Amino acid sequence: MSPHQAIFTTLFAVAVLSFLFSCYQRVRLVAIGASENRFDDPLARLRGMFRYAFAQKRVLARPYGVNHFLLFWAFMLLLTANGAFLLEGLIPGFSLASALPAPLGHGQELLFDIVSLVALGSVLVALARRLFFPPAYLGNDYTRPASGEALLILGMIAALMTAFFLLNAARIALGQAGTWQPVSSALAGLLNGLSPSVLEGVAGVSWWLHALVLLLFMNLLPRSKHMHILTAIPNCYFNGPARPNVQSREAFEKGRRYGVGSVEQFSWKDLLDSLTCTECGRCQDLCPAHATTKPLNPRRIVHDIKLNLLMNGPALRDGAPGTLALIGDAGEGTVGEEAIWACTTCGACTSVCPVLIEQMPKIIKMRRHLVQEKARFPEELLNLFENMEQRSNPWGIAPSERTKWSSQLGDRTFKPGETEYLFFVGCAGTFDSRNKHVTVALATILDAAGVSWGTLGREERCCGDSVRRLGNEYVFDAMAGENVALFREKGITRVVTQCPHCFSTLKNDYRQYGLDIEVLHHSHLLARLVAEGRLTPAGQASFGKVMFHDSCYLGRHNDTYEAPRIVLAAATGTAPAEFGRNHENGFCCGAGGGRMWLEEQSGTRINLERIREAMQQRPDTLCVSCPYCMTMMEDGLKDLGVADAVRVRDIAEIMADGIR
Amino acid sequence: MLVISCIKQVPDTTQVQIDPVTNTLIRDGIPFIINPYDAHALEEGLRLKDRYDVRTVALSMGPPNTEATLRKACALGVDEAILLSDRAFGGADTLATSKVLSAAIERLAAQEDVGIVFCGKQTIDGDTAQVGPGIASRLGFSQLTLVDRIESIDFPRKTITVRRKLEGRHEIVEAPLPVMITVVRELNRPRYPVVAMRLAAREAAITVWDNSVLKLDAATVGLKGSPTWVSKIFSPERDQGEIIGDGIKNPVGTASLLLDKLLDKDLLTI
Ligand SMILES: Cc1cc2nc3c(=O)[nH]c(=O)nc-3n(C[C@H](O)[C@H](O)[C@@H](O)COP(=O)(O)OP(=O)(O)OC[C@H]3O[C@@H](n4cnc5c(N)ncnc54)[C@H](O)[C@@H]3O)c2cc1C
Ligand code: SF4
Ligand code: SF4
Repeated sequence: MSPHQAIFTTLFAVAVLSFLFSCYQRVRLVAIGASENRFDDPLARLRGMFRYAFAQKRVLARPYGVNHFLLFWAFMLLLTANGAFLLEGLIPGFSLASALPAPLGHGQELLFDIVSLVALGSVLVALARRLFFPPAYLGNDYTRPASGEALLILGMIAALMTAFFLLNAARIALGQAGTWQPVSSALAGLLNGLSPSVLEGVAGVSWWLHALVLLLFMNLLPRSKHMHILTAIPNCYFNGPARPNVQSREAFEKGRRYGVGSVEQFSWKDLLDSLTCTECGRCQDLCPAHATTKPLNPRRIVHDIKLNLLMNGPALRDGAPGTLALIGDAGEGTVGEEAIWACTTCGACTSVCPVLIEQMPKIIKMRRHLVQEKARFPEELLNLFENMEQRSNPWGIAPSERTKWSSQLGDRTFKPGETEYLFFVGCAGTFDSRNKHVTVALATILDAAGVSWGTLGREERCCGDSVRRLGNEYVFDAMAGENVALFREKGITRVVTQCPHCFSTLKNDYRQYGLDIEVLHHSHLLARLVAEGRLTPAGQASFGKVMFHDSCYLGRHNDTYEAPRIVLAAATGTAPAEFGRNHENGFCCGAGGGRMWLEEQSGTRINLERIREAMQQRPDTLCVSCPYCMTMMEDGLKDLGVADAVRVRDIAEIMADGIR
Repeated sequence: MLVISCIKQVPDTTQVQIDPVTNTLIRDGIPFIINPYDAHALEEGLRLKDRYDVRTVALSMGPPNTEATLRKACALGVDEAILLSDRAFGGADTLATSKVLSAAIERLAAQEDVGIVFCGKQTIDGDTAQVGPGIASRLGFSQLTLVDRIESIDFPRKTITVRRKLEGRHEIVEAPLPVMITVVRELNRPRYPVVAMRLAAREAAITVWDNSVLKLDAATVGLKGSPTWVSKIFSPERDQGEIIGDGIKNPVGTASLLLDKLLDKDLLTI
């Protein structure tokens, strides 16, 4: 064995063992998480993995993503080249080009040469971006765009490519390598004047540089944010349920724990998520709480969970308690309670993350712990929880008042076997004086279209959305159980709601309780009635310039973007104007996730941020499809002193006017 | 030392209506709740337990379904819940009620040193505010009403200093133990039950004492022992206005409801 080969073989063995050991340690850390079944439906999982990991769907959603896409695929292809390179060091005289039949050998030379150039270009673009024009969301309070780690990794990739080219160029110049390598050949042209011994030297140094950087790079991966190179693909495979906003049920039995109060109570997938974060900052960029300078940053949540895991994991694995609290104010590695309560569950983070990390569900898990094990929550929630439990509505209004909104409409009770649609009015539609107008408008439209509908009257109860998102699963569980039993008893099969929260809860959350019925938001039903010709608005509803605000629970959480726009276009004769941030990129009103019942203590107000965005286009009417959005938009307009210039209307109110 | 909180189960009165024909309360389907002031009496007992080495008991006289309210007290963390229930106790006025409650407290005192009896300021159904003082006079306890803060307890000297909330002023008073204290809402914020305790409370044993245990003369308890009779209940005619929301439980929400109404009716100009 030559000294060269002996040294390399030893280094290689050490590097591989150390790499495997780091991976093993990380796997053991992930394994302390609670069990969770993410192994069902392998075909769908493979499809998701292909779409998000290999086709990089969400990476490509932003223009710069193209660069990452190129680098990713260059990396995938160069895996073979680097494998061959390592073999070359271990087996003297081995070369992939000569191991393959000529056309294939030439093909791979050409491919790797070009792909390496692409990789080098991408890395330089990435470096330039981080150094000279970093987007604001790359950095935050714990990292900078041009962090040492990021620069080191990019520098190493650049060094790998450079060494690769130099090595091949020297070999070509020496006549030891094939010339199906245009980039290397061009470089070889520059080296031509050098003596063979110098060329040998260049080749030797480049080879060793390439070898050392490669082995070092491999060992840096599991210890840095570039861990995602290893975990992103499995993370996409183990992606969560299609609706990340449907929290899993909890079993209420003696001796169990509820929610997550320390890091090992997260599921293994939550922990894998934390090791997979690429620090891309996209979730941070879109989070309404972060945008209004509240102490919540979804990326930071994931980062803190990771640090907490790294810190406490080894002790926890041995059955000892961790030393760093998961929830508290101990700085990095702990999540502050204010951050946990600041989330509006808008879903912007979960729907933008390129590697499918589930940030918001982790927040809800921590809320569950605080509410159910510690009874610790913002003061305002005590009333809410009691009102919900005692009177099944957020305001604590007597249930007997539920029928008041319809006193003008006569008896509209749902009659099993006779009535087609249950109109689930919802608490806001029932009790909120502004929102009652929407309820009446919808009732009028349904009558005009000849739809058979009825309500549960005094028997209707709150759907429980707010308590579930606030982590009070115990109370939600009871509410859902009662509602599902009531729906079954009445033989209800079709429901229409005028609130995206009722809609999403009845449709998605109640499915966990075995209720599988048709649930529509009024936008769905109205769009259908228009399509069927049962509603024929004159297209002249006079609301001036109408701008449509996407509700998170209708849009991101239920993929309904077009139905409300169709209704508006039919009622007004023109497509609505759009916010700068619309559809999947819509910006929350600030009231979801139970935030409707909480004061916004810190930072600026989310609804004002949204109104300011609207005012850039000077609309006459802001159109909403959700009672919470309605309240937040009206309040925001008043607070900014523009309530006289802009009115807020629900799609049903605009349609009711359109058919008048 | 034993700290006793007297709690009464009352109908959620905002939901109660009066039958115009029989002039009685329509209680059908109306949920029962713990008398709101008593929730504060209970909380203060629990706070003492958190701080000192005392045992807490929740005591209630009422029909068998009162058990539900006592279970809630268990979920909040009382050491023992005692239900005083017997047909003979039914229909009691304040005199007969305080008699039964006092007898139960005496029975407890025979085993264990009773230091404090907490009562609500008044109930939301009977509204008399007499039961607490009735207990204090029967048992010869110090009587501190309308307390909104406990300043200190001196265990060796067996005294307590509290602040009373009176109209327009406060009063700091010291009294020897044992003491009966009636509490106002400002005293504390009741805690919220954690799930593990709720589940444990489902199975908690509720002690039930009927008259075979208390052995009171049947002529002095319940309807028979009540000199006061409610001969008629009626709601005063209101020809104008309406009551909106619940200004006690949800002041902010109710204020905004009120504003909404005023805006709706165009009674405010902005
Ligand atoms: C509409 C109505 C009107 C009434 N009017 C009268 C009346 O004018 N005169 C009269 O003598 N009776 C009256 N009663 C009966 C009276 O309410 C009850 O009989 C009596 O048991 C309690 O009085 P209270 O509810 O006013 O309690 P309060 O004296 O207001 O209660 C003070 C505190 O005593 C404790 N307490 C009271 N009752 C109990 C209990 N059962 N178990 C445990 N702790 C308790 C609680 O801590 C409570 O906060 C009336 C009842 C009703 C429903
Ligand atoms: S769900 Fe919305 S508010 Fe909550 S962390 Fe994600 S982006 Fe922020
Ligand atoms: S959680 Fe996802 S979106 Fe947020 S920074 Fe990490 S990888 Fe990017």
